[in-house]
Amino acid sequence: MLHTLSIGELAAKLAGREISSVEITRHFLARIERLNGRLNAVITLTAEQALAAAAQADRRLAAGERGKLLGIPLIHKDIFCTDGVRTSCGSRMLDNFVAPYDATVVERLKAAGAVMLGKANMDEFAMGSSNETSYYGPVKNPWDETKVPGGSSGGSAAAVAARLAPFSTGTDTGGSIRQPAALTGVTGIKPTYGRVSRYGMIAFASSLDQAGVFAVSAADAAAALEAMSGFDPRDSTSVDTPVPDYSAGLDAPLKGLKIGLLREFFEGLEARNQALIEAALAVYTGLGAETVEVSLPHLPLSVPTYYVVAPAECSSNLSRFDGVRFGYRCDSPRDLTDLYERSRGEGFGAEVKRRIMTGTYVLSAGYFDAYYLKAQKVRRLITDDFKAAFARADLVLCPTTPTPAFGIGAKVDDPVTMYLNDIYTIGANLAGLPAMSLPCGFIDGLPMGLQLIGPHFAEQRLLNAAHQYQQATDWHRHGPHGFV
Amino acid sequence: MTLKRQDVEKIAHLARLSISDTEMPAYVSSLSRIVEFVDALSRAPTEGVEPMAHPLDGQRQRLRPDAVTEADHHDKYQRNAPSVQAGLYLVPRVIE
Repeated sequence: MLHTLSIGELAAKLAGREISSVEITRHFLARIERLNGRLNAVITLTAEQALAAAAQADRRLAAGERGKLLGIPLIHKDIFCTDGVRTSCGSRMLDNFVAPYDATVVERLKAAGAVMLGKANMDEFAMGSSNETSYYGPVKNPWDETKVPGGSSGGSAAAVAARLAPFSTGTDTGGSIRQPAALTGVTGIKPTYGRVSRYGMIAFASSLDQAGVFAVSAADAAAALEAMSGFDPRDSTSVDTPVPDYSAGLDAPLKGLKIGLLREFFEGLEARNQALIEAALAVYTGLGAETVEVSLPHLPLSVPTYYVVAPAECSSNLSRFDGVRFGYRCDSPRDLTDLYERSRGEGFGAEVKRRIMTGTYVLSAGYFDAYYLKAQKVRRLITDDFKAAFARADLVLCPTTPTPAFGIGAKVDDPVTMYLNDIYTIGANLAGLPAMSLPCGFIDGLPMGLQLIGPHFAEQRLLNAAHQYQQATDWHRHGPHGFV
Repeated sequence: MTLKRQDVEKIAHLARLSISDTEMPAYVSSLSRIVEFVDALSRAPTEGVEPMAHPLDGQRQRLRPDAVTEADHHDKYQRNAPSVQAGLYLVPRVIE
């Protein structure tokens, strides 16, 4: 059962020449063909290119080359440009768009020898928390196909949960990696803003967007994140600091690690969710960690802050879709204004249009100071709260989501209710902090996530703490029935 | 603050988005909900707080030498264009 093996186990079999990358790739392609119809997680399958890349990886292995990801398959979120392959961003606007170059993330993973199987479904332009805004239809949660997988990287999360690939890429602007990771029972990490290049990653909100990964375990996520990270001169916000060997830091003992508990996060928390968090905390204290109480007094303002800053940046970024140079164009435009307005009106879905209009409103004359500038000030207060917390704690532990996966269609009518799903995840994006979600138990048979947030560039500490938790527990080994 | 239909029509035009008459009432109500929701910010005291545009302190815009680093790929790029002729992007007549 190749799909139940970790990346490390697959790499060992490849290194020992027990199996070829072509065989592994065929196995996962067959699983996608057999199971994806139930999930709608993969929207473009690149079988031919995958087999060619696998054969190339096998040649590199035969020549004696070794690598953590050499010959290992993955699925890319369809927000990353892939040269010669449709890159839709989940939108009608880009339904016919064939990217003319690779995103840096794609290029780096290719160079490491990872094999792309296809592209994952997602909320349109990464705007959504349930994967219901995709032009290609909702993704279903493999734990219960009537439930959402979370979003916006819902296809990437569901694909790893159903073991359609050993790992996948995602992006996280307000929780789009951590929330779906939690709701599908997989491990997901969003690194520090600037750690992974945004070049070739279709922009939503540029001061918040960051790429990351989904995998079954923290150890697998470490191997993938390491390959993706690093300085890129083509992204002006890329940070030029060396990438540590994340895998090498996984086994460090946690004795004396100071875990910050946020009182604000526990207020109003559902009893069963609180019990899971307390059980996780007991695991950590058993491993020698200490707890300290910390406070983020401005955190309740994080969701309204985000829903000013993110739409403002999105309204600016998405102005590039004008029906002229690429993307959807309406039929028989009367004049240039009609071309713009109808191409955008018909090419974008309802949630994207709502966010563009929210952003246009908060940036418009007379409202800029009251909304946008105000939100930028509150963003600083939230960031300062985190700084004060990290002066006392090495990392912060809290839930990833308020509830397990909800029903498809349950929250589509009220955007604000949908936005409040991200209440625990948005703070890390506003402050640019690394954060991850790992499986920590079940409510009503559905997986729940534990979130770890660290100071800037503390990815290694997060992965270490997550790995130690996963050595002491087996929540991450559970998979959905019928898929594992 | 509640938005009126005319407000949303103005925003839609500024954003160059055609919104049909049947879609309009749903946008008026959902955008009003969102604006009411983000109005919570107005109650936060922020006197003397420097607005934050970027999550990393001390991040500076890098400069690069003004040198050609990319080959000309316009044929490849224009394969994604809805309408081109002789290497030019076509749009409806702007000047009569």
